[in-house]
Amino acid sequence: MNKDSHALALVASEAKRFATFILQELKPKGKLLTPFNMFAAVVLLVAAVLLFIRFTKGLAYATNLSQDFPWGIWIGFDVITGVAFAGGAYVITFMVYVLRLEKYHPIVRITVLNGFLAYVFYAGALLFDLGRPWNVINPIIGNDFGVSSVMFLVAWHFMLYMITEFIEFSPAIAEWLGWKRVRKFLGSLTLGAVILGITLSTLHQSGLGALFLMAKNKIHPLWYTEFIPILFFVSSIFAGLSMVIFEGTISRRVFRSQISPAHEAAHDDIVIRLARVCAGTMYVYFFLKLLVFAHGQHWEYINTPMGYWFLVEMIGFVLIPVRLFTRAVQFGNLTLVRVAAVLTLIGIVLNRLNVSVIAYKWYAPEHYIPSWMEIEITLAVVVAEILVLRWVVNRMPILREPPEWATDRRGGEKIQFYVRKEEKQWATTT
Amino acid sequence: MNRRTFVRTIGAAGASVLPMCVGRAEQETPPKEFVGVLVDTTRCVGCRSCEMTCAEVHGFPQPDPDEAVFEKERSPSTTQWTLVNRYNTDKGEVFAKKQCMHCNQPACASACLTKAMLKTEEGPVIWREPKCMGCRFCMISCPFDVPKFEYDSPIPKIQKCTLCWERLQEAEQPACVEACPAEALQFGKRRELIEEARRRIVENPEEYVHHIYGEHEAGGTSYMYLSKVPFEQLGFRTDLDTTSYPELSKDYLYAVPIVLTLWPAFLLALSNATKKEGEPGEEGGGDE
Repeated sequence: MNKDSHALALVASEAKRFATFILQELKPKGKLLTPFNMFAAVVLLVAAVLLFIRFTKGLAYATNLSQDFPWGIWIGFDVITGVAFAGGAYVITFMVYVLRLEKYHPIVRITVLNGFLAYVFYAGALLFDLGRPWNVINPIIGNDFGVSSVMFLVAWHFMLYMITEFIEFSPAIAEWLGWKRVRKFLGSLTLGAVILGITLSTLHQSGLGALFLMAKNKIHPLWYTEFIPILFFVSSIFAGLSMVIFEGTISRRVFRSQISPAHEAAHDDIVIRLARVCAGTMYVYFFLKLLVFAHGQHWEYINTPMGYWFLVEMIGFVLIPVRLFTRAVQFGNLTLVRVAAVLTLIGIVLNRLNVSVIAYKWYAPEHYIPSWMEIEITLAVVVAEILVLRWVVNRMPILREPPEWATDRRGGEKIQFYVRKEEKQWATTT
Repeated sequence: MNRRTFVRTIGAAGASVLPMCVGRAEQETPPKEFVGVLVDTTRCVGCRSCEMTCAEVHGFPQPDPDEAVFEKERSPSTTQWTLVNRYNTDKGEVFAKKQCMHCNQPACASACLTKAMLKTEEGPVIWREPKCMGCRFCMISCPFDVPKFEYDSPIPKIQKCTLCWERLQEAEQPACVEACPAEALQFGKRRELIEEARRRIVENPEEYVHHIYGEHEAGGTSYMYLSKVPFEQLGFRTDLDTTSYPELSKDYLYAVPIVLTLWPAFLLALSNATKKEGEPGEEGGGDE
């Protein structure tokens, strides 16, 4: 009896400690009334009002979608471009856990976190676009399984991939909460999750392109090809890595206090190496595009307005950035890498919007242009993601070193030592 | 074993492992013959009885009876499943009824991830409200731009002609066919309608262009048209594929089970191959 009450008291005190910790962590850290926070508050408030109107009255009251243009920027940008940008997570985890290129280890967590949040928020934004979002569960619960649909594949893969990314990220949560045994268990799931995640990414990155295969007579011939899935997959590699470079540049400034000295020392070298991978995959992509173009025999379209637009995308935002990446790698020029990364990202936005919105029904007399409300809500999705990212990075060991106990065990210590040694090497060589 | 059977075998193997993630684009062969409607535009007088009856039967507001509606080309809408357009052609004014074509292998049904859009065994393509999540992928995929979405409703539906599927269940004809006073519309088995159309062309070769629109377009449709002028003059797309549209994403879907089964095995092998001697497992020292 006495023993029981003792155990009970122990559990109660533990629970209380846990609750106090969570409550403490939920409180904002740092100043509340910064310009960014006020901007974010306004954007989110306006979006909340607009979404209320959209859900109570219908899509027509917030969007410029029409019978001719059923998909706008909520699909073309939020989902299709956003998922390409989130491709960095599967590429980096491939390099670190499958190829075991340990030098990329310092950026794994932030990249996986970014990828996970991107999927949560952009797939979440899909709910705004769905006409009947309460039925979103239907393809999962079998009401019905529309297995002949590419969208079915994409839906399942989105869901499964979010789970694998959460598993990949979960050791950081366990470290934050101080759950040592859980941390050990979750760490053992990582490789499996990574391999499943890469497989799912291969399929749904290409699957987003495959969505447009049946729109054959509606997409301009310069963009429509049966190779859209392969082009989407290849471009998601350098799109994701360019996002990692771009995002890394910003988080290094914003989260300066979080970044460990080892990470800081390794950073420049990692960026240059990523630029090299970007350049390589972009050359492959450009060559593929060239082959598809030559094979499609669409020369006659080049000297038309859509043809010029095609050239802007191909030369301005593929050929020029890939040359910049190459030069930057040659001279170790970080600024040039960043310029190239930004141009590449713009190029991806152009490409995805071209396929899904701009070159879609290019012949229509009245083309879709997004309403300010669609843009505002898209902005709100991005802002919300940044806020959650900031909250997590300021609390969990994402950019900083994991706690001692998480590495201070058999094996774990060795690998950590191994990483540190390598990092020291670059620090001296670069 | 040729390439196709190889792909099918691998596909079947993959499908048995992960049935939920695997797509198959092939339609099963229907046990029944598809029905359809033959529209003879040389007989249509533009009275719009079909429009009026359709609205009445399906509970939509009556269309504006004024002839002024012919001034511009209209498309079926969320409140109008079928309508008649007037076209100024090489051979004078021609009227053409427009509605869902009810493809043999519909892009919309193969695009639908919940099978809300369904090709029935009898031939009509219908939409089932409780399943639809409103993603509008059917609208992106339909080569005829038929499905219409209620953008102005918080509980939107997809609206399109159902070939009066409910009436067919009770052995009645589609309402528009029954209402046509000029015998421009004929309901029947699709196979028989093609024969009838050919007969009319053969018997009156001067009266018709020698083409049945819908016999092969998009892989064949249940609605088929005869005309005395080339079909592009009647607002029809003549650049459509003659293979079915689901065929376009079939190759991709066949590749899915291959990637799904071979990729993890390959990645696991690669991960083992790159493991250094004496190196512990992955991050955090977990066991593999």
